[in-house]
Amino acid sequence: MSLLDQWRQSWEKYSKPGYYDEFDYAWTMSIDLDKCTGCEACMTACQAENNLPNVGEDEFAQGREIKWIRIERYWVGEYPNIKLGFIPMMCQHCDAAPCETVCPVSATYHNQDGLNTQIYNRCIGTRACAVYCPYEVRYFNFTTHHWDAPLEQQLNPDVTVREKGVMEKCTFCIQRIRQAKDRAKDDGRRRVRDGEVQPACVQTCPSQALVFGDRKDPDSQVSQMIAMEKSRAYRVLEALNTSPSVVYLKKVDDDAS
Amino acid sequence: MQAKVNPVGEPLQYADVNRDVIRSLTQTGRRYYIALATAFGLTIVCFFFPWFYQLYYGLGAAGMNHPGVWGTYLANFIFWIGLSHSGTLLSCVLHLTNSTWRKAMYRSAEAMTLFSLMVAATFVMVHVGRPWFIHWALPYSNQMELWPNFRSPLLFDVMAIATYLTGSSIFIYMGSIPDFAAARDRTAGWRHHMYVLLSMGWRGTDKEWHRLGWAYTFLAVLIIPLAVSVHSIVSWDFAMSLVPALHQTIFAPYFVVGAIYSGTAGIVTVMFVLRKSMNFEQYITEVHFDNLGKLLLALSLMWTYINIVELFTGWYSGTSAEHEALKFKLFGYYALLYWEMILFCAVAPLLLISTRFRTSLVPMLILSIAINIGMYTERFLIVATSLSRQYLPDAWGLYVPSLVEISILVGSLAMFVTLFLVFVKIFPSVSMYEVKETMGAPGREFSEKGTEPWPKTQ
Repeated sequence: MSLLDQWRQSWEKYSKPGYYDEFDYAWTMSIDLDKCTGCEACMTACQAENNLPNVGEDEFAQGREIKWIRIERYWVGEYPNIKLGFIPMMCQHCDAAPCETVCPVSATYHNQDGLNTQIYNRCIGTRACAVYCPYEVRYFNFTTHHWDAPLEQQLNPDVTVREKGVMEKCTFCIQRIRQAKDRAKDDGRRRVRDGEVQPACVQTCPSQALVFGDRKDPDSQVSQMIAMEKSRAYRVLEALNTSPSVVYLKKVDDDAS
Repeated sequence: MQAKVNPVGEPLQYADVNRDVIRSLTQTGRRYYIALATAFGLTIVCFFFPWFYQLYYGLGAAGMNHPGVWGTYLANFIFWIGLSHSGTLLSCVLHLTNSTWRKAMYRSAEAMTLFSLMVAATFVMVHVGRPWFIHWALPYSNQMELWPNFRSPLLFDVMAIATYLTGSSIFIYMGSIPDFAAARDRTAGWRHHMYVLLSMGWRGTDKEWHRLGWAYTFLAVLIIPLAVSVHSIVSWDFAMSLVPALHQTIFAPYFVVGAIYSGTAGIVTVMFVLRKSMNFEQYITEVHFDNLGKLLLALSLMWTYINIVELFTGWYSGTSAEHEALKFKLFGYYALLYWEMILFCAVAPLLLISTRFRTSLVPMLILSIAINIGMYTERFLIVATSLSRQYLPDAWGLYVPSLVEISILVGSLAMFVTLFLVFVKIFPSVSMYEVKETMGAPGREFSEKGTEPWPKTQ
């Protein structure tokens, strides 16, 4: 094949409408703040599933902890009518992610599942993605972390352990999504069925505030949930036009004035 | 311009220029060796040792945290890029506008450009988490067909700096060829052999002078837009983010003006030191300080204006995030540094309005150093204040540099001085042939105007 033919082929492939913004899946999470109790079980589950390091006391005091999902606290109102609110915050898997444009080596990019992925082996650690992320959910490995024996025995073999100088963040448990896709392929199905894949945080949530699924499938639980609770649904910092994939359902507060 | 005289009291001759400048290359005093040893030792101890420790331990050796993931390393990078800006840019602009006062100082100004660019490039390595993979940011062909991300402002940065470094090295080298030839003809031993290579067989024929002049002007025209673009691109690293107080269109001109400002102040410092240490009083005169002082005044006013605009746009945006960032900048944790910057970069330079101040050298030296301290603070604040206050209050934080970072900053200054000290012994640090152009033809009276180097033929 001549070079010209190659170019023509790539041109036809890449210029097809939707090549850059339509993906096989649109993995979405909905978080019902009315159900969320702030128990932080999701954080623990994430730590166990994704080999998050325990950074230790000193590093924690310096603000270098790594938690792919965190419970953010905020205060509502003025004293004495003050209330504590909280909201789980993790990588929003934005469709127009600012972190993806800035990485000079394309270590973070959008894959065919519509996920915002991080390639640890490609990362050179400019940390620009963490600055560009308005949700502050990217965590940097300031040192190489170690697990004291016998804790290294409980590391998840499906997930890599990251070394110093590498950025990391929530992946929507991409290893589980991959396994579900493989199973679907083995069964001769084209797509993953709804409910077949759950990230660790969703699986753990005791009040089932977190729902995960494919937004492209109108019958999936998450699509139903968002459609049903349309009046409560919002996305964090939507004004920045990052179009996140995490949908929050507003807390219904009788006392709110 | 005051009349130039040689030690005997006669008007300065061509031979005197050669003698004075080549003496600075060949005769090396004790003080030079002491300075070189100190600077080199400081570079090793303060820059490379802490850096090696950081490579071993990880970036945790620095004081960075979440959300302050960018720290002084990036501030140093912008600072050195900024310092690099004035040299070549000023030299090009003044060459094109035919300013004769440029001729004595441009060589050292260009050297400043070159070396601060090198130090800045080193800081890219210090800044990233895994510098051993830094070549991945370059578009080289590889068996995996992996390319860097061409949408990334950081990649534009790599390109722009590489281009600027190449351009300004060629510019300074080409402008020095006749001087290398002059040095070749008046030195012996290993120096002679070095200058034989460096002068590339320059004989000084009419054709060679013609081609040199043409190429020099061509490069000057090429480098001016390049210099402006480099710092605009550095500013995009910040301005293209969504961070409140960084996401502003004023950032490109802001950075360019700031760069030229700190670079011009840097030239004043370097010229003062050169003049004192190498006895160049004949060549670097009060006129140079006077003119650079005027330039500094204009730049400080522009810089002040842009700062006011920056504050205004932040306030006028009306969003709570921008207001919070603004409030934090003016009255928050780093407020003292902010007001110090305003004092050094906006208020103190107003003294330059007086001619007496501009022509007194020691006050000019102090002011130029104060301006650069203020400009360094500005770069630090751009990184530190903005990252501390972003959209989600839960992720607010503070960043304080660690000892390793402070040591590396000191070490980078020492590295710059080391490079410069090596430079003054290899490059004639005052352009001999261009100084001669201002002196009139041999055997003639020194022309006051100094615009007509030799009688017109034809």
